[in-house]
Amino acid sequence: MSTPTRAPAAAPGIAPDQQRDRASGIGGNAARPDGTLKVTGQFAYGSDLWADDMLWGVTLRSPHPYARIRGVAVGEALATGGVFAVLTHADVPGKNRCGLEHSDQPVLAEDVVRYQGEPVALVAADHPEVALRAAKKIAVDYQVLDPVTEARAALAPGAPALHPDGNLVRHLKLRKGDPAASAEVVVTGCYQVGMQDQAFLGPEAGLAVPDGLGGVDLYVATQWLHVDQRQVCAALGLPPEQVRLTLAGVGGAFGGREDLSMHVHACLLALHTGKPIKMVYNREESFFGHVHRHPATMRYEHGASADGKLQYVRAEIYLDGGAYASSTPAVVGNAGTMGIGPYVVPNVHVDCYGAYTNNPPCGAMRGFGSVQTAFAYEAQMDKLAATLGMDPVELRCLNAMSLGSEAPTGQIVDSQAPVAELLDRVRKMPLPPARAGGIGGPSALAAQRHGQPAFDLRDLPGGVANTTHGEGVRRGIGYAVAYKNVGFSEGFDDYSTARVRLEVIGGEPVATVHTAAAEVGQGLVTVQQQICRTELGVDQVVIHPVNTQVGSGGSTSASRQTYVTGGAVRAACQAVAGQAVALAQRQLGRTIADLRLDGGQFVSAAEGTVASLAGVLGSDIIEETVEWRHRPTYPVDPETGQGFAHVQYAFAAHRAVVDVDTELGLVKVVELACAQDVGKAINPDAVLGQIQGGSAQGLGLAIMEEIQVSDGMIRNPSFTDYLIPTILDMPPMQIDVLEYPDPNAPYGLRGVGEPPTISSGPAVAAAIRAATGLELHRVPIRPEHITGSMPGPAP
Amino acid sequence: MRIAATINGQQMQADDVWPGESLLYVLRERLGLPGSKNACEQGECGSCTVYLDGIPVCACLVAAGQAQGRDIVTVEGLAGPSQLHPVQQAFLDAGAVQCGFCTPGLIVATHDLLSRDAEPTDLEIREALAGNLCRCTGYEKILDAVRLAASRMRAGG
Ligand code: FES
Ligand code: FES
Repeated sequence: MSTPTRAPAAAPGIAPDQQRDRASGIGGNAARPDGTLKVTGQFAYGSDLWADDMLWGVTLRSPHPYARIRGVAVGEALATGGVFAVLTHADVPGKNRCGLEHSDQPVLAEDVVRYQGEPVALVAADHPEVALRAAKKIAVDYQVLDPVTEARAALAPGAPALHPDGNLVRHLKLRKGDPAASAEVVVTGCYQVGMQDQAFLGPEAGLAVPDGLGGVDLYVATQWLHVDQRQVCAALGLPPEQVRLTLAGVGGAFGGREDLSMHVHACLLALHTGKPIKMVYNREESFFGHVHRHPATMRYEHGASADGKLQYVRAEIYLDGGAYASSTPAVVGNAGTMGIGPYVVPNVHVDCYGAYTNNPPCGAMRGFGSVQTAFAYEAQMDKLAATLGMDPVELRCLNAMSLGSEAPTGQIVDSQAPVAELLDRVRKMPLPPARAGGIGGPSALAAQRHGQPAFDLRDLPGGVANTTHGEGVRRGIGYAVAYKNVGFSEGFDDYSTARVRLEVIGGEPVATVHTAAAEVGQGLVTVQQQICRTELGVDQVVIHPVNTQVGSGGSTSASRQTYVTGGAVRAACQAVAGQAVALAQRQLGRTIADLRLDGGQFVSAAEGTVASLAGVLGSDIIEETVEWRHRPTYPVDPETGQGFAHVQYAFAAHRAVVDVDTELGLVKVVELACAQDVGKAINPDAVLGQIQGGSAQGLGLAIMEEIQVSDGMIRNPSFTDYLIPTILDMPPMQIDVLEYPDPNAPYGLRGVGEPPTISSGPAVAAAIRAATGLELHRVPIRPEHITGSMPGPAP
Repeated sequence: MRIAATINGQQMQADDVWPGESLLYVLRERLGLPGSKNACEQGECGSCTVYLDGIPVCACLVAAGQAQGRDIVTVEGLAGPSQLHPVQQAFLDAGAVQCGFCTPGLIVATHDLLSRDAEPTDLEIREALAGNLCRCTGYEKILDAVRLAASRMRAGG
């Protein structure tokens, strides 16, 4: 295997001088094994990798959303000093296709480009600037075509077919009960969600190192090494033994690294030049280099009895998948099967469509189909409550799903679903104090006249921009609940592999965990150590570099890794512990029924400490590799959407408190409160971190974040124009973590990462509606939607 | 061109620097100091924050030539020989590190804030760190970390 000079390191065990309950097992706030490396700048992210004699690779991308390519001339670029290679699709030795669910995307464009930013050619040079300048000299002869830029238009008869099988990626039909059910009270609404970006801070990056034997080692920041490997092998025409992947440090992912970015490109250049190739996207390229959250257009009709019981929901959901399928089929599955929210409804009729267009490709992002629909179904619940004259939380609780409920797919909810309790808990949390001077009451100047403290501008919408002293500012409170499947659904064989080794090093027992599961910041490495400590009773746990030399860990997505890779690590530990106990009994020459490992000792209830682990092991090494899968799910019926589609549901509820300057349309989120059921908090601090960070991303989509696409072109590919929440935008949070164990899951845990991203945004939107009295059908809510100068789409 | 500067107390030199390179590029790619991060390379995120003659700057906005003869401190230069700087320790203890890509910049920015103000209010912390994006944490634990570092440093930690 060829190794770069600066390469990903194993995450070490615990240094003896470290504090707190850093070496705790499950349920404790164990420290991150990579923490010290990260705070000192030593942690090797994808963009930090380096090899002697390496070259820089860059990508030439299409400036057009839709065009035919009549020719590509690389001569001038190739003649540039310092340039080692210029490659096009003709240089792809294997199959020039990649894709997560459908292989529909060229590695390098052939005769057509389907989105702005589609890779067309590659350059390798001895300096990144040389490579960039050479790429500009590649002459591509485009015949520009009219792009298809809207999902419904793409599915209309007569739309140009962007792919051989037409523009429909998936249509999910959900049919339950009476499709023509009626009700006493009916509300309808049309809602839109803009295109959100994952905006992970660590850009797409990696280093490909040729091994001199025709193979390649790729070090890359990614979410799922084995699905990458499969696609890279196909494109290179090489077997997996010759394409070895190692996880480089990942600077956040959130779904945006589930598809390939520079993976094949760097390998092509490395194999072509015989030199290591480093590729790092800059921020602008990153906006073109990964898939985004699907923009959605949704029409909902809710019918209820006069006392508030939901009678039916009918919905039509259009998701714009952009130019290539990516994970659109699965996103459609989620949006469709869970599109009415965690409510019990006897009659459901949902059509959910994913379409090809010439917009940027969309795929996985935290919340995966549930984020979009939550904005719609929760707006509908508020609308229904207002029409009924009911309290919105009461209406939700009245219709809330619970243990034993039947989901619209016919699936029975077979573990705790504390939807009503979560809502009740956030409602009962103390509200933040009213602003000095009184909300909607006297202005700051009036407050001062009355001897009350003046406002701190920093507490007001607009902040130190000094846009208001309280005039026109109204407070609003809103609620929302999230509902998300954990793990891969609809019959996917969702498994993970863990190899655990136990040995004595320097007189101490040490466990080493080897998986291919990607740590992307969420703390999977910490959780793996905690599981090993609990199961093996050892303090020292080393996380082996994550690579394809062990079986697949599955994707770091769908809130699944603690569940699935955690389950695999636990199972491997149990196998190792079983062998260790057997070894001890062989050495002792007798059987002790309850012998187990604890604190580096073999202990039994009757006999106490029987032997030390280090003593029993001596120079023996115990190693076990286990492939572990959760209970199976099944595909849904293509005509009715009925079936046992999801292995586990996760729930969260948010309350948002906002102050809105109704004259300028500026919003300040004053506070977010969240309650979430996590089954079992393996690492309570990390759970809070997931809830806080996830809530921030939902807030961002509600009021700030949108990739603005017009005519198929991204208009704001920078952090100056695409705004993510800063520390000034994110309010303090109150958080309540519930632990109702799921009997089917390891330790009873529930996936944690996604639910907070789903409910925080709709709660913020609801609070803004409450403050303004406006319907607000579109997120992100912009100032002009609030001031009425541009109210957004009509219902 | 050749660039010589004092970096983390050491005299360092880079040869064959192309004049269009940033200080960030020189640190990361020529001097083996990749701790300062490259989340945007255009002054929007703060992940590349370093001290230049004692002033925190975005290294991506400093041209390599501007660093000639200056005194630069990066995240790699903050820890003592045997222990972390209290700001670094506080980020770990408060759980303020997830992916960690924002962390080096936030640590330098916090280091600077606490050297100017030993007891900042929450509003002051928020203002001081408003130029540092973090996508993972929602900032709550970053605030915790800054408060923890401030209290430990006041107590002489
Ligand atoms: S990399 Fe310098 S500010 Fe973002
Ligand atoms: S910890 Fe990932 S960006 Fe801050």
